[in-house]
Amino acid sequence: MKMNETQSTINNAAPAIDYLALDKMVEEKFGNDKENLIMILQAIQAAYNYLPQPVLAYLAEKIGIPLSRIYGVATFYSTFSLEPRGKNIINICLGTACHVRGAGKVLQRIEDTLHVDNGKTTEDGQFTLESVRCIGCCSLGPVVKINEDVYGRIGSEDLDKILDHYGESHREQDN
Amino acid sequence: MKIQQIADIEKAGCKHQETLYVPEVLTINTGMASCGIAAGADKTFKRATQEFEHDRNIRLRSTGCLGFCEMEPLVEIYRKNGPRIIYKKATEDKIRDIVDGYRENVFDKKLVLGQMRDPRSLLDQDVPNPLLNVEPAPGVPFLEDIPFYDRQVKIALRNCGYIDPEKIEEYMARGGYKAFLSALKRNAPQEIIAAIKESGLRGRGGGGFPTGVKWESCAAHQGERYIICNADEGDPGAYMDRSILEGDPHTIIEGMLIAGLAIGSREGFIYVRNEYPLAVKRLVTAIRQATEYGLLGQHIAGSDFSFEMKISTGAGAFVCGESTALMASLEGEVGRPRAKYVHTVEKGFRQGPSNLNNVETYANVPVILAKGARWFANLGTDHSKGTKVFSLVGKIKNTGLVEVPMGTSLRNIIFDIGGGIPGKKAFKAVQTGGPSGGCIPEAYLDLGVDFNELAKVGSIMGSGGMIVMDQDTCMVDVARYFLDFLKEESCGQCNPCREGIKRMLEILTRVCEGDGREGDIDLLQELGDMVRKFSLCGLGTSAPNPVLTTIKYFREEYEAHIRDKKCPAGVCKPLFHYEISEDACTGCTLCARKCPQEAITGEKKEPHVLDQEKCIKCGICYDVCKFGAVVIA
Repeated sequence: MKMNETQSTINNAAPAIDYLALDKMVEEKFGNDKENLIMILQAIQAAYNYLPQPVLAYLAEKIGIPLSRIYGVATFYSTFSLEPRGKNIINICLGTACHVRGAGKVLQRIEDTLHVDNGKTTEDGQFTLESVRCIGCCSLGPVVKINEDVYGRIGSEDLDKILDHYGESHREQDN
Repeated sequence: MKIQQIADIEKAGCKHQETLYVPEVLTINTGMASCGIAAGADKTFKRATQEFEHDRNIRLRSTGCLGFCEMEPLVEIYRKNGPRIIYKKATEDKIRDIVDGYRENVFDKKLVLGQMRDPRSLLDQDVPNPLLNVEPAPGVPFLEDIPFYDRQVKIALRNCGYIDPEKIEEYMARGGYKAFLSALKRNAPQEIIAAIKESGLRGRGGGGFPTGVKWESCAAHQGERYIICNADEGDPGAYMDRSILEGDPHTIIEGMLIAGLAIGSREGFIYVRNEYPLAVKRLVTAIRQATEYGLLGQHIAGSDFSFEMKISTGAGAFVCGESTALMASLEGEVGRPRAKYVHTVEKGFRQGPSNLNNVETYANVPVILAKGARWFANLGTDHSKGTKVFSLVGKIKNTGLVEVPMGTSLRNIIFDIGGGIPGKKAFKAVQTGGPSGGCIPEAYLDLGVDFNELAKVGSIMGSGGMIVMDQDTCMVDVARYFLDFLKEESCGQCNPCREGIKRMLEILTRVCEGDGREGDIDLLQELGDMVRKFSLCGLGTSAPNPVLTTIKYFREEYEAHIRDKKCPAGVCKPLFHYEISEDACTGCTLCARKCPQEAITGEKKEPHVLDQEKCIKCGICYDVCKFGAVVIA
């Protein structure tokens, strides 16, 4: 799925869903097999940035399991989001190594700067803040990952510069 | 080419031995595991590509992680008849100088980490050491002699940082797949199981169950058997599996093939964390290459043995490290553990006999077959054989991955290899085993790490995370941290775990917020005992460990929180404040300039004053002060 489609998902509540592409993916890549449910959901989330309810309903029919079970899986695993997420995903690592090196302070600072709670999206849809448990870069802790970029050894004072790189909007909110 | 004989492996690897050891052109290896990339290795690689694109006398390669993460990006340069030099913190701006220096035989101490004495792995000792008759670089220490490496014995990590993980031929050039193929030709599954049993290999994922015994009981059960690799490295602070997956994926495939042969299985699954995208990518490549060479698929090397391998990605659930939960997740279900009246070796994945081992366990298997069970059993202690990889992280100078023989003391690992605590701070504790483990105080630093010794002090080996904590770490907060983690990760189906952890967390939270009551410590111990005894799976039964060990060894910190309403480490915000020591403050104004609240005032060269009303305890002044003038009170 292209970037502009992802963006439109955020701006409008109902995303445009390409059921043909969905069919193709579920059949060709995952053999229509319900054993692959988790990976199918990952692929859907990669395409839409979250798990849109109509897609899940369609998927339930397609691979022959109740929607309630898909909902169970989608809410059990922390990767999945049932709500649209922001343009930029901020993952702050709260693994032990990062924790003892002050990740808590960094989290606090992101929350204060962007006016967003952990697990939520900023009002302008620019950022979603999601804490994660260890991304395996413990030597660089505290670590923040924004989209695919990893920033290591972050002090709470380095953040503004990094965040500026991704969006200007949080500055305006501050004023 | 399809591999049929050992000679085919040698043939495929032969040409690459030159690349690995005696290249005609100057060869530059950049360590490109996730940790290296995060430290800037991809930028270094990109810059090198731009700089040397038209230089036909230079070859650029990407490798895995050499383990010394603190010094990343790591770059290695070598050529035929020249020394092999490892450069530290080789960021993009330095790569030109590094290459020029190497060519001119000038080795800047600021850039050089060390030179290698012998780059071979323990499986290709039949190749002569390419550096044997090479003049060493003057004034450059040997890597094998520097404290970070001198005690290490690399078995599981033998190829990480040496080979290009996306080239199966390089794995073969370092003796890879020979152990499997020899075993396949002998066609004696019993012998393999006997060898693994004799080696004393125990599961590296945490439990430490004897691997050979597990294989034997799985092989004894009838039905479609499955070989599963647990690569869902969920322990925060542990990343050795990631390093192996990213740096040497073929060793896992070979280990699983050997397990498949021994147990009589036709299908293998690798359950890997979705948080490790690079590991997934390299596994996909590795499986494709092994299939192309006929090492996976139907009738491998013309035999009756067929084996297919699939990758399944997890979706962020710590409990899926538990075997029954992992298997449920592999089936596309919610990852909830079940009671193990019937073990997974009898009925596991798809109700078939299933053998589950961890990444590091599989990585040891080819070496055990190649070098012999006795050789392996000679390493380590009575109860724990071989080596263990630890991720040495937290408040430690030399963060990184270290592989040492079992029985190496915590003091050796933390102070000799790890270089101790940075910034003149005092050591307080080391946490092993992740959320299921415990915090070990200074009194036990001479403990040799093995499965039994760690259990004796209330911790566990776990997957090998070793998080070092100093005087600025609050032990009550650490206990609260782990319970908060476990509360989120508890699957919620059994009461003792779901409710018990939650209640323990509530108590710890109020202790950290200054509302602790007399009797809270006893209550925590009582609840902890209950959770440990009555929970359904390993997550619950080990969950109280961090709390119980911190109470045992750091009771005075709990008492300070509860009775004196003080957090001596300066972590729990309601229980401390910062002050500026009039005597120590030099009036350099740094803290005042950095304070986001403008809470610090004072004239230049005069002691500064902190306004408690404005202070939000963000800690920036404490971190930036070079004179120790900002103190916790």
